[in-house]
Amino acid sequence: MFELLGIPPQALFGQLLLGLINGAFYAMLSLGLAVIFGMLNVINFTHGAQYMMGAFAAWLLLTQLDIPFWIALVLSPVIVGLFGVVLEKLMLKRIYHLDHLYGFLLTFGLALVIEGLFLWKWGSSGVPYPSPIPGGVNLGFMFLPYYRGFVVVAALLICLATWYGIERTRFGAYLRAATENPVLVRAFGINVPRLITLTYGLGVGLAALAGVLAAPIQQVSALMGTSLVLVVFAVVVIGGMGSIMGSIITGFGLGLVEGLTKVFYPPASNTVIFVIMAIVLLVKPAGLFGQTK
Amino acid sequence: MNAQRLIGVVLIVLALAAPWFAYPVFLMTALCFALFACAFNLLLGYAGLLSFGHAMFFGIAGYFFGYAVKAWNMPPELGLLAGVAGAALLGLVTGVLAIRRQGIYFAMITLAFAQMIYFFCVQAPFTGGEDGLQGITRKPLLGGLIPTRDDRVLYYVVLAIFLLGYSAVYRIIHSPFGQVLKAIRDNEQRAVSLGYEADRYKLLAFVLSAALAGLAGATKAMVMQFATLTDVSAAMSGEVVLMVLVGGLGTIVGPVVGAFIIITMQNYLASFGEFVLVIQGLIFVVIVLAFRKGVVGELGEWWRSRRSTG
Repeated sequence: MFELLGIPPQALFGQLLLGLINGAFYAMLSLGLAVIFGMLNVINFTHGAQYMMGAFAAWLLLTQLDIPFWIALVLSPVIVGLFGVVLEKLMLKRIYHLDHLYGFLLTFGLALVIEGLFLWKWGSSGVPYPSPIPGGVNLGFMFLPYYRGFVVVAALLICLATWYGIERTRFGAYLRAATENPVLVRAFGINVPRLITLTYGLGVGLAALAGVLAAPIQQVSALMGTSLVLVVFAVVVIGGMGSIMGSIITGFGLGLVEGLTKVFYPPASNTVIFVIMAIVLLVKPAGLFGQTK
Repeated sequence: MNAQRLIGVVLIVLALAAPWFAYPVFLMTALCFALFACAFNLLLGYAGLLSFGHAMFFGIAGYFFGYAVKAWNMPPELGLLAGVAGAALLGLVTGVLAIRRQGIYFAMITLAFAQMIYFFCVQAPFTGGEDGLQGITRKPLLGGLIPTRDDRVLYYVVLAIFLLGYSAVYRIIHSPFGQVLKAIRDNEQRAVSLGYEADRYKLLAFVLSAALAGLAGATKAMVMQFATLTDVSAAMSGEVVLMVLVGGLGTIVGPVVGAFIIITMQNYLASFGEFVLVIQGLIFVVIVLAFRKGVVGELGEWWRSRRSTG
């Protein structure tokens, strides 16, 4: 086998796969953040907590009700999404008329409450979730666990489906129109407040879906979303929230960069995304795919 | 105005007598956080910039102080200066980048930088990683004139540092510079059209706020004799936001009141473990939904309405 700069291919491709998987989660989460921000003008700090709730919902469904992964994959995003709808109806909709900052602070508070409750109930150590497709295949240059391959493909499909839904369907057209000019869209007889609620539910559901996918890879724990959401913020700043495709590309791309950093210079792997953010701010402050407003 | 002056005198007498009634270390911690909150409020309340990563300045200054005193054997005065300078420098670097975006992006960028500094502190050789910098022994101040081993004596030092920082914030807010900041906060375009370079004002406010947060962090390290990762964590950044919101955003005494409320609360709720998070979160939610002016803001409103009707 060949070696690249003294790095065995097993390590290189292993890390690349890991990077791709992380990138898949970055992409799904930043996508949800961008869609929610577009409609609600709120940066949803609860996103990480809702991702965690998705994973926990799947775990609870499995351990309490014996509901297998594949059904939980649909069921838990719906449950968490409905929870999001309730949050929006009860709280978020009261602050749309205020400065963006209040939405950020409110959702931050909600994240603390949710994560605190889960910590209190289940502790911080985390619980394992068995892989639904055990085993893997040796590709010669690396070992590919089936489930990890599945996650990358599934996340990619989910991202593309979201892109299609927003850019190519009638519902998506309403959504984009309402983002652009809610008053006018309302005048056409479309129920914009309901559209907003629905958008929040969908964005939250997307986060929960990412959480379910992550459950068999990581430990399911109360704090699994806490630092992830901070990285996703950086991803959003780098990509800019203007374009759906931009979010997807940035998410996957940054995951890969992080994976490569882990191979070539491990100490920087935690910080590389933030460094890239600093560089992007210097060169193109609006973000790679963003427009300056 | 007379009522205000009276309240001021009462507060100063209380502050001077406090260590004989309350645990001095608790008071010193609260004062450090009060100063931290004041520094944060200078930025959010008067320049309208929500930095969600202010713990990086607070925490890094603690490390600077600890390293200067412990490894370089500096006197604590120089250690404090090192902390302030380090925080101000970090404020300059991150500020230059962060003010390139506005509003909510600014918050996300500062948060991301703080997270980067956190990871840096986990790995850097001089921070002691997970253990933190421990055993930063207290040394006498002013070349031996002030023995700081006694908590009560140190309390007065900390009180003096706090008052220094507090009056600096007061001075900044009431200076022409402060007026321009408020103008930028309320209407940036108009301020720019009047010829003010908004970005320079914002950057200076950011650096000043970082330096004061650094003073608070370095003082806390001096009091507690250690510097840890907790002080650079995202949770700490959230805590200072909470203090300012609880006390009253954009009021001068609000952050002090907020800091005392939150620190007292943490003291009493320490045994509840994870539930402190839940309670803090609930306070955030309630304040944002119902009491956006905070304790001092709401009280002030009530006072004014009482006077106008009665």
